Amino acid sequence: MANKTAVQATINGEDVEFLCEPHQSLLEVLRDVLRLTGTKEGCNNGNCGACNVILDGVLVNSCLVLGVEAQGKRITTIEGIAPPHGLHPLQQKFLEHAALQCGICTPGFIISAKALLDHNPHPSEHEVRHWLAGNLCRCTGYDKIVRAVLDAADVMAVEVSK
Amino acid sequence: METPVAEQAKATEVSVEERHYNIIGTRPIRHDGADKVTGKALYGADVRLNGMLYGKVLRSPHAHARILSIDVSRALALPGVKAVVTSADLATLDSVVSRVGEGAVNWRYLSNNILASDKVLYHGHAVAAVAATSLNAANEALNLIDVQYEPLPCVITAVQAMRPGAPILLQELRTNELGARGEIPTNIASHDQNMRGDLERGFAEAAVIVEREFTTGIVHQGYIEPHTATAVWGTDDQITIWTSTQGAHDARRQVAEVLQLPVSRIKVIPMEIGGGFGGKTVIYLEPVAALLSWKSGNRPVQVTMSRFEVFAGTGPTSSSVIKVKMGSASDGRITAAQVTMAYAAGAFPGSPVGGAMSVILNAYRMENVQIDGYDVVTNTPRVAAYRAPGGTNAAFASESVIDELACKLGIDPLEMRRINGAKEGDRRVDGPLIRRIGYLETVEKARASAHYQSPLPAPSTPGLKVGRGVASGWWGNWPGGTSSVSVIVNNDGTVNLIEGSTDIGGSRVAMAMQLAETLGLQAADIKPMVVDTDSVGYNDVTAGSRTTYSTGIAVHKAGLSIIQQMRERAAQLWDVESASVDYADGVISSKDNHIGFKELARKVGDGDGNVVASISISPNGDGVALATHIVDVEVDEETGKVQILRYTAVQDVGTAIHPAYVEGQIQGGAAQGIGWALNEEYVYDQQGRLLNGSLLDYRIPTALDLPMIEAVIVEVPNPTHPFGVRGVGEVPIVPPAGAVANAIANATGVRMTVLPMSPQHVLEALWTQGNERV
Amino acid sequence: MQAFEYIPATTVKEAIAILAREGEQARVLSGGTDLIVQLREGRRKVRAVIDIKQIPEVNELSYDPATGLQIGAAVPCYRIYGSPAIAAAYPGLIDAVSLIGGVQIQGRATLGGNLCNSSPAADSIPALIAHQASALVMGENGERRIPIEEFCIAPGRTQLQRGEILLSIHIPPVSPYSGGAYLRFIPRNEMDIAVVGVGAWVALDQSGTTITAARIALGAVAPTPLYVPESGAGLIGKLVSSETVAEAATIAQAAARPITDMRGSAQQRSHLVGVLTRRALHIALKRAGYKSA
Repeated sequence: MANKTAVQATINGEDVEFLCEPHQSLLEVLRDVLRLTGTKEGCNNGNCGACNVILDGVLVNSCLVLGVEAQGKRITTIEGIAPPHGLHPLQQKFLEHAALQCGICTPGFIISAKALLDHNPHPSEHEVRHWLAGNLCRCTGYDKIVRAVLDAADVMAVEVSK
Repeated sequence: METPVAEQAKATEVSVEERHYNIIGTRPIRHDGADKVTGKALYGADVRLNGMLYGKVLRSPHAHARILSIDVSRALALPGVKAVVTSADLATLDSVVSRVGEGAVNWRYLSNNILASDKVLYHGHAVAAVAATSLNAANEALNLIDVQYEPLPCVITAVQAMRPGAPILLQELRTNELGARGEIPTNIASHDQNMRGDLERGFAEAAVIVEREFTTGIVHQGYIEPHTATAVWGTDDQITIWTSTQGAHDARRQVAEVLQLPVSRIKVIPMEIGGGFGGKTVIYLEPVAALLSWKSGNRPVQVTMSRFEVFAGTGPTSSSVIKVKMGSASDGRITAAQVTMAYAAGAFPGSPVGGAMSVILNAYRMENVQIDGYDVVTNTPRVAAYRAPGGTNAAFASESVIDELACKLGIDPLEMRRINGAKEGDRRVDGPLIRRIGYLETVEKARASAHYQSPLPAPSTPGLKVGRGVASGWWGNWPGGTSSVSVIVNNDGTVNLIEGSTDIGGSRVAMAMQLAETLGLQAADIKPMVVDTDSVGYNDVTAGSRTTYSTGIAVHKAGLSIIQQMRERAAQLWDVESASVDYADGVISSKDNHIGFKELARKVGDGDGNVVASISISPNGDGVALATHIVDVEVDEETGKVQILRYTAVQDVGTAIHPAYVEGQIQGGAAQGIGWALNEEYVYDQQGRLLNGSLLDYRIPTALDLPMIEAVIVEVPNPTHPFGVRGVGEVPIVPPAGAVANAIANATGVRMTVLPMSPQHVLEALWTQGNERV
Repeated sequence: MQAFEYIPATTVKEAIAILAREGEQARVLSGGTDLIVQLREGRRKVRAVIDIKQIPEVNELSYDPATGLQIGAAVPCYRIYGSPAIAAAYPGLIDAVSLIGGVQIQGRATLGGNLCNSSPAADSIPALIAHQASALVMGENGERRIPIEEFCIAPGRTQLQRGEILLSIHIPPVSPYSGGAYLRFIPRNEMDIAVVGVGAWVALDQSGTTITAARIALGAVAPTPLYVPESGAGLIGKLVSSETVAEAATIAQAAARPITDMRGSAQQRSHLVGVLTRRALHIALKRAGYKSA
């Protein structure tokens, strides 16, 4: 058995320390070591986006990051999106637009959408679709997801301007 | 014969315009929504139990081989490994077919599929499984299991498997030839036939005849969540299984049969499910996890498939070869249709060719018809249901030919559908008399749609070709099966709705809305929950487009019982006869008194005994689904690339309980159909090994591959349901491939006869047919 | 996957020493989007991975119009296309960089990794070749510079010797009246591996009508990305026209050696080389300032 490394990172604003072996992905660490099961495994090779997290402000597949690479990093997972009470506008709009059916891809989409709106607060429909192309959904055909993200962008823009 | 519910519904039947619902037709937030958008909802692979072991399955590298020996000693010796199982740990079951859910199951074949016995029949066929203290150790242990194989020649397609001299998969298999049992070993499991009228006369009457042969590849449901099962075989021999399933009771029954245990020893807890589309109505991992638990000393064992295992080791749907010959009179009336279809079932018999034989022509009135269907075994994974099983392939073929006839006659394709469309009172091509349906309404709505009325857009780049296509689809649905619910009125007037129908796409809220409507409450007053097999009566799978229908009927009936009890409680309260107490819109009243539901619930309280109801029903209803789709495509003839520019899906849904989730079913089914049409297929090498078992090379549509999908809801209420519900989930996947093919023909003049219509296949068709463009 | 050691190197010297010691038993980890998948699927087995992301030199991304573009081996794609100056100067390179995987892949994947992974279908390599890029490599015996078209020698294998590491990729400064483009063909609109990729770069004379230099490179039609010097050479001195472009495309087609695999047939790929070369050249010409009549 390879040696376990102690890793310090900040996850959803909280400083954490965990042990992991070099071969364990960040996805595995989140789900099995830290018990943050909101991030999902769909393919384990970077093709579906269900495992997306935000790493130092950058959208990444957590299945393609090693747990040890999280050393010193700031990570946002789905569990860190909502404010202390209530829901983030993206989450609220996903519910209002019925932008989820089975819900397994939803955490990945919300993380991706958040990264998009952090980066580009006024995306066009095409820009939304392009950004979300790495998040696969099999239930919705994406229509309501795209509408929810565009609607959330409008709401968040209004809040910023307030 | 009408069911009592249907008769009651009919008695209260009103026209669409006169119906008025308070809750039905609105769009409340789903009850499980907050958990799902915050990552709190627990799916199967999220289960974490103390001392849990990780299980992995060893799978055959060969498409067809005899298993000579399995030596697990090295695997058992690896530190961390606690158990290894093979089919030797399973009982040998009889080759007996039982009715399970919507279809039939051969128990021996199911067991052999779960763990191969003497032969492996496809690349990916499960052979053994291990449980270890870490996932890594489990994976390494697989490499230490020594299996000796004797490879055999394989057959991948139905055509290959049907050839004389083809290698035989199952020595005992004999063809069921129109009811008579064949005598020689074969890969053809059955030949069925529907016949009506006089085919020869029909073709003689035709002014135009089109004959085409279509080939379609294997496609997978593509749910994002891989199969997973966690099992504890308790020291008291009670087995608990947490799993991703479309039906916990159905899964329990299958596990019981495979393990040869009474169902009472097994509890199945359905976790939230990350998609199914029919593929999670069959068990794969549950008995394996249970056996590993037992063998490891009763420890919890979690087995989750990798993405490759999902593709190679579960149940995609059939590849097929379909020949269609149709003749039409000059006025557009189809005078004859002859169909031959062969569907590949995979390793064991049971392709959806029967359903296909219904789908292929059921949207239409036809007098002279012959349909021959063949179920064929092949060295590919044993198929499982995929959303209107058999339907997409069939409609691709028939809708293409109908379109070609229309083109040759100069008749508008929607007009062609109208001329031949089936309606109430006609007799279906496959036999039954047609009751209330809304097919012609979908055709009319499609014709009147903004999409159809608008001119074709200009190509995005000069030189590209734009085209428009339409197609219709029929699906029988399964307006039946058993649904059981329990309802409890809480003393604050909220109502618990305990059901067993897995919520795959928002059905919790649809059930809650039907109960709320019945009781005159708000959807938020209802607390729906999906519970395990010990806690609610039998529920058939959430599949077959049955749930909003059947479980809805159960919910409605439970609601009626609650109403009756509330009237009686009020009667007690007011000291009057309960017959004089009325109930309307959540208000209970008699001559001199009235009280709201919540207030009465508070007054009743816990001390007087809850108001509860428990219902279990098996409606034998009716409620087929029909749809008409329109698509605009842009074709790059230099590369064969097809882009979907615009898509409209018109569907008769009976009554839309929650329109947003009905639209979602339509959009999702259309998207799957588009993926099937354009890019999805299994690719095998010469040795029968699956090459593209990943989401990189099994290409499902991304958000960038699709436009907005306009879902147009037509409501022709189903008389056999209290609110007019018709199952909606499956038919949306039936028309897209045909519609896209017809749009490509409109754009380029080339008729596609292969699925998928990938760039490579389109290029090849352009090159071969270039001279014969219509 | 089999256990391996994770070594975060902090200097180039340290990385080189480990590579020299371990040889094939160690592999450099930058973005990880290829390596981690290969390790997980058992397609590569190593004793150690050397994370180079803490080494300052390989994280440098600098652009100077006079000296050109320097991309450190560990610079992820998103930093490259996220720089407005680089995007404006090298649109043909950005074409490729923004096509690798999807947005989340580009958050990690590096150009250095794309190059060293040496896939026949790598998106960045034909674009780099077309832009006359070179690789700066460091080993125990010092530095050497390798033209990108010579860097890959077989699928998964490069010119890197034992103990050598890629430090950076250099793209020459933008010459006047020049332009580049990368086009690839995929069945969907994103997320796919290229069925065929074409990188094209041209330079025009001052009048903007005659081609003075041209480079064309192909992806996914040979064991390695393929530089086709004869295709570019055939354009030199020629007036820009559809015929000239078509000729260059035909030459490129002749050089391609595509196979049939699950992503495409040889015939389809050969055909697409012609189509994409033509289209890529037209874009490159437009970017170089050619204005059609």
